[in-house]
Amino acid sequence: MLFSDADITAIWLTTKLAFVVTLLLLVIGTPIAWWLANSNSRWKSPVNALVALPIVLPPSVLGFYLLIFMGPKGPLGELISTLGLGTLPFTFSGLVVASVIYSLPFVVQPIQNAIEALGKRPFEVAATLRAGPWDRFWTVLLPQARPGFLTAAVLGFAHTVGEFGVVLMIGGNIPGETQVVSVRIYDHVEALDYGSAHALAFTMVAFSFVVLLALYTLNPRAGFTTAIK
Amino acid sequence: MSINARFHLQYPDFSLQADLQLPATGVSVLFGHSGSGKTTLLRCIAGLQRAQEGELSFRGEVWQSAGHFLPTHKRPIGYVFQEASLLSHLTAQGNLDYAIKRAPVVDQPIQLQQAIELLGIGHLLKRRPEQLSGGERQRVAIARALLIQPQLLLMDEPLAALDTARKLEILPYLEKLKRELKLPILYVTHSPDEVAKLADYLVAMENGRVLAAGTLSDTLARLDFPIKLGEEAGVVLEGVVTELDAQWQLVKVQCLGGPVWLRDSGNDLHSLVRVRILARDVSLSASLHNDTSIINVLPAEVTDISVDEHEGLALVKLKITSSSTGTDTGSSSFLISRVTRRSAHLLGLEIGKRVWAQIKSVAVI
Repeated sequence: MLFSDADITAIWLTTKLAFVVTLLLLVIGTPIAWWLANSNSRWKSPVNALVALPIVLPPSVLGFYLLIFMGPKGPLGELISTLGLGTLPFTFSGLVVASVIYSLPFVVQPIQNAIEALGKRPFEVAATLRAGPWDRFWTVLLPQARPGFLTAAVLGFAHTVGEFGVVLMIGGNIPGETQVVSVRIYDHVEALDYGSAHALAFTMVAFSFVVLLALYTLNPRAGFTTAIK
Repeated sequence: MSINARFHLQYPDFSLQADLQLPATGVSVLFGHSGSGKTTLLRCIAGLQRAQEGELSFRGEVWQSAGHFLPTHKRPIGYVFQEASLLSHLTAQGNLDYAIKRAPVVDQPIQLQQAIELLGIGHLLKRRPEQLSGGERQRVAIARALLIQPQLLLMDEPLAALDTARKLEILPYLEKLKRELKLPILYVTHSPDEVAKLADYLVAMENGRVLAAGTLSDTLARLDFPIKLGEEAGVVLEGVVTELDAQWQLVKVQCLGGPVWLRDSGNDLHSLVRVRILARDVSLSASLHNDTSIINVLPAEVTDISVDEHEGLALVKLKITSSSTGTDTGSSSFLISRVTRRSAHLLGLEIGKRVWAQIKSVAVI
């Protein structure tokens, strides 16, 4: 047997986390990308910088502040416990929140670039054809910026699968709750169980390669070079 | 006047200050050099650009006023952009369908088949925008703008991005459109040819201001700042072919004010023809001569005289007073004649004087 039950649990948990986070990121990231692509506001640069922060920050820094922010005394932690929703640190929900923030730039930037590349003209054209704002979103933005959305989804998914530092800070290492594949590999290495570590690590390499191969095949100009300006 | 527009728009390097009344019939052309503000004005009318201060109403319906701004997608307009504007993820047919789906359900005077035939795009419908030539893309875009069933069609230099051959390919479609549809059109161009061919009403613009506005024959015949279509001052007359002279290969075009004979260039009887008469081709005489090679001699009355660019020359504005139209109905045709100031003096030209205008050359446009 290649994987132990605990390994399978970790793989399943990682997959679930990545799907949930990607979905949330597309919903949250699209309006942010739209605003950044079209705004002339003086807040545009600060927001751009804020969204891009996770690209440059060490995961431990981000994880540390998220832990404080989501902890029992943090603003988000207090809000959550006031609402009777339990706590965020060391739970799956906490991981989701942290991952959304951590992977945000990888989703926002490809969408933002795609919208900027389209320019205003297609939307003006649609407006002169009686298409209202929502109509324009569904019938012009989504189809014309589809490569950008595809890149965003793949990068968001892959980046969430690959995170380690933030998970360790926020989620710890609870099997079935917060123990994702990258943490599980760390455990195997710590226990000098290199065989099990190999199995999982190689699976990650293969998975990442296949995902990126699919991305570049479907969308040759995509990738980190366009994701990060 | 059914379109009332007043816009004030201020940019660091450009300002638009326009106050206009336009007829909601026929083709009104906004004419001027690039940077004159004609496209900005059109975009303000479409609602694609919002002037800080503006009032706009169309057939009594307010589209913009202080505190009120009807967004573009709620205005009953069609818009043709300068460069190819087909939605790139749809085929030609898909682009037409995009308009058809969103057109008002009631009152659809323009049928799909009619639009396809009018613009000759039947064989292009399955193609994607990148598989069409520039001219073909523009024809599809015009058909699409018609199929949204607009009450006002706005066209922003629809031919400017095309080469001469493509322009000549599309112009006949525009003339046909103008003849066959009772759709008011606002047309932006810097091309004198397009003005001469299409305009009924002309608005000349410069530096964000309106220089002159009026019917084509009135504006072209103004002497205070003659608007030149090309290098020469001149007028454009429109008329119907009423007679074909097979023996001498001539056709008679009945214009407002008088008949003009010209070379037969294959015009059909009863077809509408526009002719251009340049000021330099019109000479004046005090009496009617029969011993002349000039076949177009019209009685006219001097209505204005001004010095031309050269001090030795004068421009004379003439109202054609042909006996066939008789009474002055207010809608008369004008000519401009360029003569030397000496001739003007010798002929005793003054406002109100009756003369014979000898038209040496008439060009069909």
